[in-house]
Amino acid sequence: MKKKKGNKYNRWGWYFLIPFLLVYVVFQLIPLFNTIYNSFFERYRTGLTWVGPNFVGLDNYKELLSQGDLWVYLKNTMIMWVLGFVPQIAVSLLLGAWFSDNRLRLKGSRFFKTVIYLPNLIMASAFSMLFFTLFSDNGPMNSILMSLGIISEPYSFFSHVWSTRTLVAVMNFLMWFGNTTILLMAGMMSIDTSLYEAAEVDGATSTQRFFKITLPVLKPILIYVMITSLIGGLQMFDVPQILTNGTGEPMRSSMTLIMFLNKHLFSKNYGMGGALSVLLFIVTGILSIIVFKASGYSMDDE
Amino acid sequence: MKKKIVSLLMIAAMAATMFAGCGGSNSEGSDAGSNGSAGKVLNIQCWNEEFRTRIEDHYPDYEKVSDTEGKIGDVTVNWIITPSDDNAYQNNLDRVLEAQESTDQDEKTDMFLIEADYAPKYIETDYVLPLSELGISDSDISEQYDYTQKVVTDTNGNLKGLSWQACPGVLFYNRDLATEVLGTDDPDAVQEAVKDWDTFVATAEQMAAKGYHMTSSVNDTYRVYSNNVTSKWVEDGKLNIDDNIMKWVEDSKKMVDAGQTATHELWSDDWNKGMMEDSPVFCYFGPAWLVNFSMHADEEGSVGYAGKWGACEGPQGFYWGGTWICAAAGTDNADLIKDIMLTMTTDKDVLKEIVEKDDDFANNKTLMDEMAETDYTSKVLGGQNPLPLYAKNVESLDLSNLSPYDQGCNEEFQNAMKNYFDGNATLDEALALFRKAVAEKYPDISVE
Repeated sequence: MKKKKGNKYNRWGWYFLIPFLLVYVVFQLIPLFNTIYNSFFERYRTGLTWVGPNFVGLDNYKELLSQGDLWVYLKNTMIMWVLGFVPQIAVSLLLGAWFSDNRLRLKGSRFFKTVIYLPNLIMASAFSMLFFTLFSDNGPMNSILMSLGIISEPYSFFSHVWSTRTLVAVMNFLMWFGNTTILLMAGMMSIDTSLYEAAEVDGATSTQRFFKITLPVLKPILIYVMITSLIGGLQMFDVPQILTNGTGEPMRSSMTLIMFLNKHLFSKNYGMGGALSVLLFIVTGILSIIVFKASGYSMDDE
Repeated sequence: MKKKIVSLLMIAAMAATMFAGCGGSNSEGSDAGSNGSAGKVLNIQCWNEEFRTRIEDHYPDYEKVSDTEGKIGDVTVNWIITPSDDNAYQNNLDRVLEAQESTDQDEKTDMFLIEADYAPKYIETDYVLPLSELGISDSDISEQYDYTQKVVTDTNGNLKGLSWQACPGVLFYNRDLATEVLGTDDPDAVQEAVKDWDTFVATAEQMAAKGYHMTSSVNDTYRVYSNNVTSKWVEDGKLNIDDNIMKWVEDSKKMVDAGQTATHELWSDDWNKGMMEDSPVFCYFGPAWLVNFSMHADEEGSVGYAGKWGACEGPQGFYWGGTWICAAAGTDNADLIKDIMLTMTTDKDVLKEIVEKDDDFANNKTLMDEMAETDYTSKVLGGQNPLPLYAKNVESLDLSNLSPYDQGCNEEFQNAMKNYFDGNATLDEALALFRKAVAEKYPDISVE
């Protein structure tokens, strides 16, 4: 490596990285290894006394995997994520295409961009409380449906599997479609307009332009959105937790993996909690790789 | 050179802010001994405003500074309020009690409150001072109801807390609905219609026929069954479901299927709506604090505001809740704590005020028997004097089947059974779910 004159400034880069590295090591890396370490121990509290830590090897993992509940909660999580993500990506693509289309020249697009982002600014727990109240047995939703004559007596939204799951999905959709729209729009605006102009000259319809130009060029961003949303979806917690009061009712059909993890933290069960976190880490990794591969994207593309 | 210094300063500043707040203040060795009384700060842990307002209203020397601070003489009183939701109160209490020894004297917890559901968890530890160490003798508290002392007596016979209230439960019924359906709102006549579970169910049928709900939710009757059990939730480290609890499941399922009640949780919006006029709910079960704390009696449009509640004994005696005051080991305000405890739980004038102002049932047998004979009336209860009812029900209370696991078990049992009541699970599935939830909460219990 040749020494250049500017090289002595490089160390400033390293100095400025120190705060980040320290924060990362203290708050991320050490806890990460701690979690893995804890997962091999029996350690929890009963009342005010601690049990353990006793080394138990892989017992925590065996217990989690043999119960089989883990897969049920993973399934719940994925169902609720897909229910929310499909409309989210569809609506975001549509809105993004409209907002970035030069020929449409939508009026007040700045205003609408702000408005669709707004739900994300509300705390998820506050949003859940709002929905919980809206859809409670004697809540406004039931009153409206009854006065419209659609139903004759109150429908218990939270006593039915699919209404609860759908509500969770709807809330996640409402909270995140604005964010996705902004991301996709940024990608769409960076597409060279000459591509569209050339397509127009050749007589392409707007549908063709969308599927033949916008989508292929947008692929890297779409994959980014997919993976971040998948990871966010696997970590889904606050919305269903508040909406079902931590129970994941009915019959734990809306219990997500992180809610299950939270159940173990009642007794500060670091062993089980650690094992569950490690499994979750592995599952997230595998699913991300699958999405990555399935989309046919490789690092060489860019 | 100048640039370099500026950059170094910036790095230093960024690094410094990271560690701000991490610095722990070490104990300065001002340990005055556990029985000293020199402390200038009294820290009280509680989960709601109840005790604070009781002190504000009834403790003579208390001066309010703000909602979280007050003064007694030259001692500053700090109220540290952590809601019970999601176990937050106990988590916080566990944390501060464990750190008690290494905490500064002025930061130490001096007093904390506990509920019956988890009293044994704290009472059996050394984190709570026995009252004998505070200088409170049996003769000071001889007029209190026995059960309120048994709850907070540890297995070695040390009394470790006091309460200003006793919580025998009664049945509160909506007078308008009673008149319409039963033809009378007289407490004795209504009692005839709910005197045991069979007549209770029969009355529920009458209510349902007119489109009314007997209770707001199945969980309203839960305490009445769960307090009349003959075994504990956990026996010899094994989960045990008492027959009376199963009777609750059986009776409740019938009531839900017949449309006589609903399945929402206690304290939910739907539950609270029953406290309002033109609601279809006939009755609630509860102790005296329910009147003051949950009936929205100060809101226009509530049944309580109109004075339209009545009270009768109900099918079975039971208790619900109750708040006990404990002194934390390591406190430096022992004398003040003793005075607060005695004033709030034994001073008859104070207790009388609490009954009159807050509709509570005070923990003094002599005073309550006296007041039961007087013309004391409750506005919320339409001019009825409920004290004789409480005084009668308090005699039958049996708290010998408390265990440290009660709160978690009660909560999870109600959650799991909701699935059965709603028709989302069979009874066996719901019971399996309950066992699973208990195993998660208490890894040391065998649930098989």
